[in-house]
Amino acid sequence: MNVIEARSLRKVFGKTVALDSVELHIGEGRILGLIGPNGAGKSTALNAILGLTSYEGELKVLGRDPWSERDQLMRDVCFIADVAVLPRWLRVSQALDYVAGVHPRFDRAKAEGLLAKTSIKRASKVRELSKGMVTQLHLALVMAIDAKLLVLDEPTLGLDLLYRKQFYDSLLNEYFDRGRTIVVTTHQVEEVQHVLTDVMFINHGRIALDCSMDQFETRYQEVMVHPEHIAAARSLKPIHERQLFGRSILIFDRVDRQQLTALGEVRTPSIADLFVAVMGQASEAPAGGAGQKGAAQ
Amino acid sequence: MSTPSLPSSQAAPVISATRPFYWSVRRELWENHSIYIAPLAVAFLGLCGFVVSLIFPPKHETGLMGIDPAYHTVALAMPYSHAAMLLMITGLIVGVFYSLDALHSERRDRSILFWKSLPVSDFTTVITKAVIPMLVLPLLVFVITVVMQLIMLLLSIAALLLGGGSVATLLTQLPLFQLQFVVLYSLAVSTLWYAPIYGWLLLVSSWARRATLLWAVLPPLAISAVEWIAFHTSHFGSLLLNRLYGFAPDAYVLTMPDGSLVDPHFIPVTQLAPGRFLASPGLWIGLVLAAAFLAAAIRLRRYREPI
Repeated sequence: MNVIEARSLRKVFGKTVALDSVELHIGEGRILGLIGPNGAGKSTALNAILGLTSYEGELKVLGRDPWSERDQLMRDVCFIADVAVLPRWLRVSQALDYVAGVHPRFDRAKAEGLLAKTSIKRASKVRELSKGMVTQLHLALVMAIDAKLLVLDEPTLGLDLLYRKQFYDSLLNEYFDRGRTIVVTTHQVEEVQHVLTDVMFINHGRIALDCSMDQFETRYQEVMVHPEHIAAARSLKPIHERQLFGRSILIFDRVDRQQLTALGEVRTPSIADLFVAVMGQASEAPAGGAGQKGAAQ
Repeated sequence: MSTPSLPSSQAAPVISATRPFYWSVRRELWENHSIYIAPLAVAFLGLCGFVVSLIFPPKHETGLMGIDPAYHTVALAMPYSHAAMLLMITGLIVGVFYSLDALHSERRDRSILFWKSLPVSDFTTVITKAVIPMLVLPLLVFVITVVMQLIMLLLSIAALLLGGGSVATLLTQLPLFQLQFVVLYSLAVSTLWYAPIYGWLLLVSSWARRATLLWAVLPPLAISAVEWIAFHTSHFGSLLLNRLYGFAPDAYVLTMPDGSLVDPHFIPVTQLAPGRFLASPGLWIGLVLAAAFLAAAIRLRRYREPI
């Protein structure tokens, strides 16, 4: 059974279509990055998965309907929303007491252990903690819950580099295992690239790309083309071209690697660059596909 | 957790149905200190006032000598009832403002996203927030009243011993336990009667984006005004007024056996009419309304997002 199964998921706000025929099939043990511009429908999709918003279509999370069974679902699902949502009046000790009181899968000792590694004091109120510390506290609470699915919506927004790095490190080293699934949205794409097992681009409520990182690496190649080969390279129909320090960088989809090696230096594109390429392609689709957007940076 | 959780994530640890409820009530008390601070502060001020009145008795009240013996009880009970009424009104005010904010503040500070990330149903959340003004606050007010009145009694005894008055007269004539029983009865009766008001306030707090007080007060006033302009009648307005104090004629027998009116400073137990109150349609209509408002608030919370 997949952790998340969605068929023709759709959500409309007034005249805006936030989600349009979205299909999701996310299996156990995956770390999915949901990437998209602001207003693309990422948060709407997550909210639907978490039972925070109603939807049309079919959606099952761990076999349950999130909209009608949110409270039962939350025994197996954890989430950290876009900004710190811990109430400012709450004391750290009260947060531990409360979650231990209401959550059957919360391991208090584990949370205490995680907090011991930080400088967060038990008697502090959330309002007295820095933004980074609030995130550490929230992460400690969530990581101590033996959940099957963890949903992170811009979890590192507004954090400094040190905390961001730490966030994903502890998530991977101390939390993630094959029995868990993580769905994350973020704008800091470069930071999650090495973490993800799957990536999904979403734009205007539709899924623009859905592939595993293994597929990603075999499918997409980025070539820094030698100037003399540029015409040959363009004939292979790159999906994107940009200039960097006077060199042309082309991204190819499903082109033979050997053929590309002859043209220049080949490597796997960053998710961010591919994102720009795919989004550019999508918006220029009627004009013939192979987007030639120059200075996309 | 009472039992150590099993390492396997397949085993579903059971949590009793009342635990989330119990912790949600504690949570409300953590967030809203005014629930107990306000009655305690008022009780403290009441005691201060009482001490002052013992040290400097008002000139016209030089003890029971000048008073008709028939009114001794009322005269003795008066400061105790005043203090109790003050506390009951405090409880009412705290309850009203608590209810207006209960489902609004979690959306204002976005913490609703945190609460909703835990396995606590909207039902449990809303019912908890209804239990605070309808059960926790009245009980708290009662306990604080009892303690305050006992302290007042001790202070009176001390003053009498120092001033050479008769402690025996005070103890025999002051119906303290009867007073406290009537306080408990009045708290129960008024809370049941006001249940739809609390329900309405909670509904408004879960619905309104801002200005909860205005949304709570203006629509009922507007309906009354429209009724008056359209039909020159004020049925809705009198219904509203009836909801404020209409429980008294049913819950108490307001005329004493001798035909005089009950003195609100001391209502004898014999003047309580719980049967008649329980049989009054106003009570049951109110409770049905309260249940409807709460059901709407529970349903609404499912759709609620941060504002």
